[in-house]
Amino acid sequence: MQQTNVLEYLERTVCRLPYKEAFSDGDTAMTFAQVYAQSRAIGSALARRGLEGEPVVVFMPKRPQTVTAFFGCVYGGSHYVPIDEEMPRLRIELILRSLRARMMICDESTREKAAAFGFEGEIALYDDLAGESEDAPLLAQIRDRQLDTDPIYVVFTSGSTGIPKGVAACHRSVIDYIENLSDVLCFDEDTRFANQTPLYFDACLKELYPTLKFGATTYLVPRQLFMFPVKLVEFLNEHKINTICWVVSALTTISALRTFEKVKPKYLRTIAFGSEVFPIRQFRLWREAVPGARFVNLYGPTEATGMCCYYVVDRDFALDEVMPIGRPFHNTGILLLDGDKPAAPGTVGELCVRGTSLTLGYYRDFERTGEAYVQNPLNDRYPELIYRTGDLARYNERGELVFVSRKDYQIKHMGHRIELGEIEVNVDVLEPIRSACCIYDKEKGKIVLYYVGDMTPAALMEALKPRLPRYMLPNLVLPLERMPLTANGKLDRTALAKMYAERNK
Amino acid sequence: MDELLEILQDMHPEVDFDASDTLVDDKVLDSFDIVTLISEIYDTFGVAVPAEEIVPANFNSATALYALIQRLEDE
Repeated sequence: MQQTNVLEYLERTVCRLPYKEAFSDGDTAMTFAQVYAQSRAIGSALARRGLEGEPVVVFMPKRPQTVTAFFGCVYGGSHYVPIDEEMPRLRIELILRSLRARMMICDESTREKAAAFGFEGEIALYDDLAGESEDAPLLAQIRDRQLDTDPIYVVFTSGSTGIPKGVAACHRSVIDYIENLSDVLCFDEDTRFANQTPLYFDACLKELYPTLKFGATTYLVPRQLFMFPVKLVEFLNEHKINTICWVVSALTTISALRTFEKVKPKYLRTIAFGSEVFPIRQFRLWREAVPGARFVNLYGPTEATGMCCYYVVDRDFALDEVMPIGRPFHNTGILLLDGDKPAAPGTVGELCVRGTSLTLGYYRDFERTGEAYVQNPLNDRYPELIYRTGDLARYNERGELVFVSRKDYQIKHMGHRIELGEIEVNVDVLEPIRSACCIYDKEKGKIVLYYVGDMTPAALMEALKPRLPRYMLPNLVLPLERMPLTANGKLDRTALAKMYAERNK
Repeated sequence: MDELLEILQDMHPEVDFDASDTLVDDKVLDSFDIVTLISEIYDTFGVAVPAEEIVPANFNSATALYALIQRLEDE
């Protein structure tokens, strides 16, 4: 029978490799048997509370139990919504308010913080839920009712209005992604992943589900290690990591700090990267350091379930060249649109995605869903949704897709997708602020905030911390007497960019 | 030392760098800050911090970081 549930990956593997290490954070590890037993116990506990079909918040640090809690939610027929201590309190509260969840799973390290959110549902400890008894008939009933179009997770991404958007994805989209990604990246039972991305983004799908599918092993790398590149590479070597799927900035941090002069990764055979354009100078350092590895550039928006395009590096690039994003995964379609028409051959168009990889939409937000997930304008025969990414791309002379820029003020900073508008909204809301505008210094990768108001940069940063995630905090805050405006009275970003360039002279 | 404090203050105007000696342990600095710091230190002091010196002990306080810069300048 055709696979319709992501848990079938786990169920096949646990019979074959029950005692193999599935997930580890370097300190504690869980085998497939443990992941299976505990996620089924959690699923039973959730189902007994009548949470089938509802969101369940998972508020835990990056550890194997957190991943197991995710699968527990899926067993219970719920969808997991990861939140994290890294997220600022006000943002978490916004998310909780829009979700209206009735259950939050915590551990000892997060329970106090959880209690302070004003969350109205039940707050349960992981250990308590995992300690409840498994109810196999109940889980079987749930499985019988579940469809592959039911959601398994909701992850939140930056929204320009200041309200984060929750992207919900279903079994079918995730299975489609995992199958096609695995083919391209050649995962197998011997794959040893080091996970870099936080568990509260869809990026971690790349490790979590292939680990279940193949009986592979994932190491969850402690966040702090990414500040100390020598230790990080030593961690990779110590655990014989052979596969990484990281954001570009995590890779360039290692190479730019000249880590390879001291230590090189010994076991890497697959290096996939995405979320940003890889600067060729840094890419060359990687290729020299790990000449035997296969390098794969990945591209995709959260709304299209993880990644939707790939390019396996097959040639050298000049320093000023941009590495292509290549071609869509099998069973994914890409359209380049100029408005509602196809972009002329060789010209730039908005990259739009169609196919099974399209997620279900923004959670409890039909309005914003309707703006981004739209009827394919090239199809006037039957309903067919596409997702408009807002990314501009073109085909090069080799027929490969190349990312060009954004249509709007969305940026990629340290691998995170950020709407500059969301930062501005959160500054504008502060009482002493009269006006605020952000620009992005691409070269240095800095978010620069200009503002007008009776507030010191120090006080402003302090006020932003509970509102914005760490990676969205401006890297430079500059007060102004007056904000430059365009003739129409809009914030003049071009003038600010000039002003900023002057300052750096 | 003043030049280093200025670099740090630009990055995090809200932090008292004279007082803190837990910049890494308390997650005041993140990996982006470290990369920025290393490049600004190179621009300002002309010293390249080798990868093996990028360890928590050297980045936990402005004083420790300044000591590292001086040590590298002497070498």
